[in-house]
Amino acid sequence: MTITEAPAVEDVPLSAHTESFANKGFAGLTVFSASLILVTLAAVATFLLTEAWPAITDTSGALAAKVDWIKPDDGQSLIQIIGFLVFGTVLISAMALLIATPLSIGIAVFISHFAPRRLAAGLGYLIDLLAAIPSVVYGLWGAMVLLPVLQPFYQWLGNYFGWIPLFAPDPTTGEVSPTGRVALSAAIVLAIMIIPIITAITREVFLQTPKLHEEAALAMGATRWEMIRMAVFPFGRSGMIGATMLGLGRALGETMAVYMILSPGLSYSFGVLQAGEHTTIAANIALKFPEANSQGVSALIAMGLALFVITLLVNMLARWIVSRRSEFSGAN
Amino acid sequence: MSDTSLATASALGGLSTRRKFVNGGMTALVYAAFTLALVPLVWLSITVVRKGVDRFFVDSHGDHVFNIEFLQQTMRGVFGGAPAGGILHAIWGTLIITLAATVISVPIGLMTAVYVVEYGTGRLKYFVTFFVDVMTGIPSIVAGLFAYALFAVLVGPGTKTGFVGAVALSVLMIPVVVRASEEMLRLVPNELREAAYALGVPKWLTVVKVVLRTAIAGITTGVTLAIARVIGETAPLLIAVGVADSLNFNIFDGRMMTLPVYIVTEWHSGLAVCNDPSVPCLPQIAEYRAWGAALVLILIVMALNLLARLISRFFSPKTGR
Repeated sequence: MTITEAPAVEDVPLSAHTESFANKGFAGLTVFSASLILVTLAAVATFLLTEAWPAITDTSGALAAKVDWIKPDDGQSLIQIIGFLVFGTVLISAMALLIATPLSIGIAVFISHFAPRRLAAGLGYLIDLLAAIPSVVYGLWGAMVLLPVLQPFYQWLGNYFGWIPLFAPDPTTGEVSPTGRVALSAAIVLAIMIIPIITAITREVFLQTPKLHEEAALAMGATRWEMIRMAVFPFGRSGMIGATMLGLGRALGETMAVYMILSPGLSYSFGVLQAGEHTTIAANIALKFPEANSQGVSALIAMGLALFVITLLVNMLARWIVSRRSEFSGAN
Repeated sequence: MSDTSLATASALGGLSTRRKFVNGGMTALVYAAFTLALVPLVWLSITVVRKGVDRFFVDSHGDHVFNIEFLQQTMRGVFGGAPAGGILHAIWGTLIITLAATVISVPIGLMTAVYVVEYGTGRLKYFVTFFVDVMTGIPSIVAGLFAYALFAVLVGPGTKTGFVGAVALSVLMIPVVVRASEEMLRLVPNELREAAYALGVPKWLTVVKVVLRTAIAGITTGVTLAIARVIGETAPLLIAVGVADSLNFNIFDGRMMTLPVYIVTEWHSGLAVCNDPSVPCLPQIAEYRAWGAALVLILIVMALNLLARLISRFFSPKTGR
């Protein structure tokens, strides 16, 4: 009896010891992985800065000598080019947002409050499918199928609304771009790509509207639209703002669709129907990178760094707005 | 008589014409917005299928016969308007690089999610949650530049291999995996954990054998969706991996071709010039190849999405009753 018990008594502290070791080890592993996320983000900033440093700090003019698209004499030094690119990026993303936001909110309202309950999930999945299509396929479709369809529309816009600076035709030819490879086309395709992102978040927020608020509005005699305007929208306001900014973050960094659709150029022009006037940071990097020499790569990474900082700020602001809402909302 | 009925109607909420009109108009607009969003989806799908099958109906003699040479050939030695050349090397490249990215991302992403849900406290947990969200917004091209810069410093300037691409994709994939796993881990009822503790099971074994075991279907779904998302990424691979014409199975050496990059490359090459009538030649062959590859890529992505749906439908634990 005692003989059989002895090993068991010895066994207990031993196993407890190994167990606590495994416990600590496993916990340590999870902490390590979590920290790796923070390290990765820091590493992205550090390595981009390291590689961009030669281009940023170049004062001797070596950059202009080695990289043929940097021409300080024509007003296209690295900083000036980044200025043009940031303008083009913001202009195109802003237009995409202007198109996508009202549509997305409409779709979200449709799915949350208009569609038959049983169909709603399936319809939401249809919209999510838009996000599953790779951006390169959007680019291919936009460049080869959508542009020929949009061009006559641009012609019409230029003819009748050309007096608005935004739709002004090319001053030298008096016509809008005959190819349709213009900023507005890029914005339209970007809008299609960010609709599912904005819709997904606003839909969730709208669905969280307290049922009692909605019923109270209806009981007071509000129509369905008035109920949405008075109960759903105020509740979901910060969610809508946050979702829009997340869409903006995506639009700012989108590369392939813009690269394949837009005919690039550098200017501060607002003529969104003129080809060869705008380009975005990401599209410019994709265009120049394959043939760049080491100085060119450094300059392009400097542009990437600028894009990283911009999207980081936009996303942090968006997340902050969305999380603030979830902290203060009564919904659980 | 008519006076009272009018008063009753308005007291019970009879609508003024304006309110009726606004309500009807807005309802119409909301329906229109949804329909409008479906237009590109349907249009794009039809286009890709119709144009994508073209390449499968051209054989190496230029005859219009159905064949699958496109899936069996690489681009090695294919030039001009020769009606040949395929995506075998691109499919392998995509599979290998995506697999490598998955192998890197899933352990890190899963352990981070376990940290956030099971262990995390205080500052670090807050920072990790916040920055995972922020990381979701990193532009894909910046991820490519990061991987390129990392290997330029560690290995040497101009390093372009499949592994560099895999690292770039991991940067994009990790936050998606974390978010998906986190949500699934939160769904595991606390009673299961408490039951395990009550039986004297140590915490790490509870997590591995009870929590992860319960959530595994949802996590698999999330990982599948994450794969579907990064498999179509173009910009980072264009920068970090480059292009290649032939098969390359070695992820650590030399450039590789991937499907999305293949699409861009073929689209870029434009119309071919056909001068010699004795050689089979098709001016639009590059366009055919681009659409063919787009069709294959979309089919892969949709198959992954469908797989994810099926996994979550048939294997998810029955909770929330």
